[in-house]
Amino acid sequence: MPDTPTVLRSFRDRKLVASLSDLIRRTSKREIRIMEICGGHTHAIHRFGLPDLLPPTIKLISGPGCPVCVTPASYIDGIIAACVEGGATIVTFGDLIRVPGSELSLESARARGGNIRIIYSPLDAVEIASKTDKETILLALGFETTAPAIAVAVKEAAQKGLDNFHIASALKLMPPAMTALAEMEDCRIDGFICPGHVSAIIGWEPYQPLVDRFGLACAVSGFEPLDIMESILGIVRQVEERKPCVFNQYDRVVTGRGNERALDTIHEVFSIGPGHWRGLGDIGESGLYLKERYSEFDASSVIPVRAGRPRQDISGCICPEILTGKADPSQCVLFSHKCRPDNPVGACMVSREGTCYIWHKYNIV
Amino acid sequence: MCLAIPGKILEIEQPYATVDIDGVKRRVHVGVIEEACVGEYVLVHAGFAISRINREEAELTIAEIEKIREVLRA
Repeated sequence: MPDTPTVLRSFRDRKLVASLSDLIRRTSKREIRIMEICGGHTHAIHRFGLPDLLPPTIKLISGPGCPVCVTPASYIDGIIAACVEGGATIVTFGDLIRVPGSELSLESARARGGNIRIIYSPLDAVEIASKTDKETILLALGFETTAPAIAVAVKEAAQKGLDNFHIASALKLMPPAMTALAEMEDCRIDGFICPGHVSAIIGWEPYQPLVDRFGLACAVSGFEPLDIMESILGIVRQVEERKPCVFNQYDRVVTGRGNERALDTIHEVFSIGPGHWRGLGDIGESGLYLKERYSEFDASSVIPVRAGRPRQDISGCICPEILTGKADPSQCVLFSHKCRPDNPVGACMVSREGTCYIWHKYNIV
Repeated sequence: MCLAIPGKILEIEQPYATVDIDGVKRRVHVGVIEEACVGEYVLVHAGFAISRINREEAELTIAEIEKIREVLRA
């Protein structure tokens, strides 16, 4: 019996990928637009060269599934103020450090003396805070995948009785954003490749309303080439046979109701409220906020993170349209010229899961 | 967005486990998944195990696609 790594490696079997490519070509007749929500899928699609294995009838569009890209400039501005003026230690996952606020990024704030630490796990932030009396702010960015880890960190800080640890929550929920996209007239989508690791937490059942209300084809996908090709085949079949459903392709990880222990942890610490999305605007019930019981750890009590309306995004940048699949990077005048990975103008060029970063890296234009 | 990598559980001391990720041993929090056992594979994201990996389901998926291949070659 093969061991797990051997089984997992077969999800990159070229012959099997070629067979799925062949079957997709035979099956796909109508022109369809499929949005892969997750930046991780966008990355895998182009890394494994999957567009070249698909017929011209299928157009893949990237969605708003990069937590860094959907974070408004005003969030960054508030954090930088807390860091440079307030002297707080900012603790963050690596990707966020280069996101441009209205004037500075965290990286340039660090160059001006701001104390910014990059971490792997939110528990590292609690560790840092417990060894100093300096104000320590964890930038809590991410979707349902990351939320349980942030929740555990808050509970640990409470257990340790830390009063110098706060989180600036910009945690977001994916299904409400997908519904907002489905409701947009000018954002014509025929199907979603649903985010695999968000679904490891929430399960595949939360996508059913997208099928029932909008008739959208859905496939919850893993991140290997075979996963993505099988998911695309599933969506093509649903569209051709006019039988939309939620196809759980990633069933080695995803179940119907998801990881209930992780969901309980999230709902113990956070309540749900409006979410502020760059490119999508405000979406009701799509943000996570600390509950009253843990409100002492809310950074907005320490810094005005959400002060005022979000500042206008950087002029010429069409990240908002790219995030909603209405445009692609080739339509942006800044792309690969003024806006490059070494000098990102828009957020989609900063994160490794940003559409523009991926298009630039894999030279897609 | 939510990069998560498979790793094998070597040792468990709740709520943590030692997990082998591509040859690197990491201390991973396993408190937000159902009881996992030594030798099992889990998905690790930001230092946390977010899910167990079901090997039987993985094998079934591969077997289904192999059937597709055989039908296409017939």
